[in-house]
Amino acid sequence: MGPQAVPGGHAVAPVVEMRGITVEYSGVRVLDAADLTLRPGEVHALMGENGAGKSTLIGALTGTVPILAGEVLVDGVPRTPTSVARSRAEGIATVFQESHLSPSLSVAENIMIGHEVRGRFGISWAKSRERAEAALAALGIEDVDPRAPLETLSPATKQLVAVARAIVLEPRVLVLDEPTSSLDGSEATRLLGVVRRLRDQGVAVLFVSHFLEQVFEVSDRMTVLRGGRVVAEFRTAQVDRAELISKMIGEDIGALQALHSQRLSHHYGGSAQVTLRATSIGRRGALEPTDLDLARGEVVGFAGLRGSGRTELARLMSGVERADHGELWLDGHRVQLRGPATALRHRIAVSTENLRHEGIVAGLTVRENIVLALQALRGWTRPLSRAEQDAVVETYLDALHLSHEDVDRPAGELSGGTQQKVMLARLLATRPHVLILDEPTRGIDIAAKLDIQRRVARLAGEGVAVVFISSELEEVVRLSDRIVVLKDREKIGELSNGPGITVDTIVEMIAAELDGRAPGDDG
Amino acid sequence: MAAVAPEKRGTEAPPVAGPQRGRRMSTIARRLRIDRRYMPVVGTFVVLALILSVGGVRYDNFLSTNVLANLFINNSFLIVLAVGMTFVILTGGIDLSVGAVLALSAVSAAYLLDAGVPAAMVMPAVVLIGSIIGFLIGVMVHVFDVQPFIATLAGMFFARGLCFVIAPVAIPITDETFVAISAWDTWVGGQWRVTTSVMIALAVVALAFYLLHYTQFGRTVYAIGGGEQSAQLMGLPVARTKVLVYVVSGTCAGLGGLLFAMYSRSGYSLTGVAMELDAIAAVVIGGTLLTGGTGFVLGSVLGVLVLGLIQTIITFEGTLSSWWTKIVIGVLLLIFVVLQRVLTLRRT
Repeated sequence: MGPQAVPGGHAVAPVVEMRGITVEYSGVRVLDAADLTLRPGEVHALMGENGAGKSTLIGALTGTVPILAGEVLVDGVPRTPTSVARSRAEGIATVFQESHLSPSLSVAENIMIGHEVRGRFGISWAKSRERAEAALAALGIEDVDPRAPLETLSPATKQLVAVARAIVLEPRVLVLDEPTSSLDGSEATRLLGVVRRLRDQGVAVLFVSHFLEQVFEVSDRMTVLRGGRVVAEFRTAQVDRAELISKMIGEDIGALQALHSQRLSHHYGGSAQVTLRATSIGRRGALEPTDLDLARGEVVGFAGLRGSGRTELARLMSGVERADHGELWLDGHRVQLRGPATALRHRIAVSTENLRHEGIVAGLTVRENIVLALQALRGWTRPLSRAEQDAVVETYLDALHLSHEDVDRPAGELSGGTQQKVMLARLLATRPHVLILDEPTRGIDIAAKLDIQRRVARLAGEGVAVVFISSELEEVVRLSDRIVVLKDREKIGELSNGPGITVDTIVEMIAAELDGRAPGDDG
Repeated sequence: MAAVAPEKRGTEAPPVAGPQRGRRMSTIARRLRIDRRYMPVVGTFVVLALILSVGGVRYDNFLSTNVLANLFINNSFLIVLAVGMTFVILTGGIDLSVGAVLALSAVSAAYLLDAGVPAAMVMPAVVLIGSIIGFLIGVMVHVFDVQPFIATLAGMFFARGLCFVIAPVAIPITDETFVAISAWDTWVGGQWRVTTSVMIALAVVALAFYLLHYTQFGRTVYAIGGGEQSAQLMGLPVARTKVLVYVVSGTCAGLGGLLFAMYSRSGYSLTGVAMELDAIAAVVIGGTLLTGGTGFVLGSVLGVLVLGLIQTIITFEGTLSSWWTKIVIGVLLLIFVVLQRVLTLRRT
């Protein structure tokens, strides 16, 4: 499959070889004769956009996805796993994308469940707890209380507990599906350190992540999937980012750069008409009083660490949260926003951070999801006709590269990136004057990201005031006309974007104000 | 925003002043945290103590060993039902069939004994009836993915209907062996009367505790309650366990029927109507969350004792209608459910 031959043939025998793995879901081929080879002492990254088949390939390896054709060889012996328990018995441990632990059990119970140490009279809790503590120590998180109920932990710590659970059986193959997506910088570094240590101990690691930098940092080899096929296998040292990305999206990297320069040339003029104005808006415990103007045709990026108040500012400006201080003015009139519905009536559309999980109605079709907000706006007594629905849906399908076949499928069946686009389409269908997007591109693949970014740029061109919030500062810099920098629940400055502004400018601005508090120190 | 570093986890631990003091503080915090998991059970215990002290103050002889021993004797079958129900509710399910299965088991026992079948065969047979019905329900729930509410409702109608088919009228039990077994008792410490039923019920509690905390089956029960998909991804035997909890509950109901037959020395089709609701109430009052994943079998026992004590108080009061029991139970149930809600909300 791999057009690039892998140089430097290895003397080490592979632990796992997947050959010609083909998987179909209700007749749709999601994996087509995919190959994957994992060697001991090597970190192998699995790359590809959402829907490329990464999770399916992992599922085939761990026995959660039935295989139509192909085989899995463990130590050269065909042993296609049929269940998670079986693959664990083969020494393949997996940390799945979604947290798959039991919230009401304690940390130690979660780590040890299914393989508790047995004494003469059933489970020996003392010994089991010891093993769990050893696993936590191996990860460098001894500070986690093994007796604490899992639900009291932060998402990041839960993720580390999931890893502890995976390594407690001393697996030969460790599969990490997006292990760092809920971690902040230092936590991710710690996890990558663990991955390296395991590799040095001879574990074969399969690493899946959307964060390119982490992949380049930690992996030795990578396999790229696109549309269910393996399109390339590289040694990490021999590939650059641009080549990898173009392999992943099957599109030229030039598109990304073009978008950036297009945004730069657009450049926001100071005379633009202010549409939404916030005067000393704030809420105790969430945000210090802040002033901000949003103008038509302008993309305003909010930059800051998690917990800096960027989300709070967006929520206060859109009425998702009630401000206890300050005023909002819309086109010169004082407005009071009592929740997203009122905001929508004022043509302020907002997508909150977890919108994909909270906003997508999984049981409804894509079409129904798209027209939902528009219908709500019109009132339920005046239903949209089918023709009107079609017109609305049609407009946004093409604009966002959504597939026509998906329109009548339940939204819950689609990949994360597609769901995110459906959400965006729903907001756009209401023709907002102000659009507030909190992390619209989080956890989705690069092609979908690009689609969303392009669309945001277009919207601004059409006169919409856009607020764009993202943890990825490059994105903010690429898209924004103006960047609002926040820290510790306070706006610390505004930057007018231009050729001189880079990610470093923002980072320096935040760092300069650093007063010793750790990032993300928001309780 | 949940960007909490692991170090920030212990919110209730005050700032530490030195390594030694810090260690002590963290041990205290640890203790506190353990307590939190047992909080609902502690709550039930407090209620129990409250009822006991109120009864003790108001009535003479209330706090006698006699009254307390009878509490166990009169509620032994309910304890067994509640234990079985705890398994089901821990997985996030519900079992509405247990009251009817209890009746079916009791009626079958009376019928078979009346027909001259020896007690040694009857007793295991009627327990097995419960297991079989439980197994069928479990298969419906797991294999055919029927809502537990519906599957066990069907089981309830089936068992209750079968009772009437077997015996439209009450059948007295006169079998000598059976009567002898049910009449056997011993005095623990010379004052505390313990009958066969109480012994069996306590053995069931102990066995259930062992199963839930010291076997893979028990751990899987908790994990399923925490999230079925998660349990599956953790490689636990979800399918088997989901069927097994209904078998456990059915077996407990069958055993409960046996105990009830011992208690009433008869089999009657209308026994145990709505008793499944008493069992559910006991489990909930005992601190088990209806959503599954959290709870303890000992809590359910405390729950049964609370229900029994309320009944006892109403009896001691003398002038009150026994329906007041239901009203008090209703109020208690409400308080407990709201309390659980508050506890879970605060945690998240």
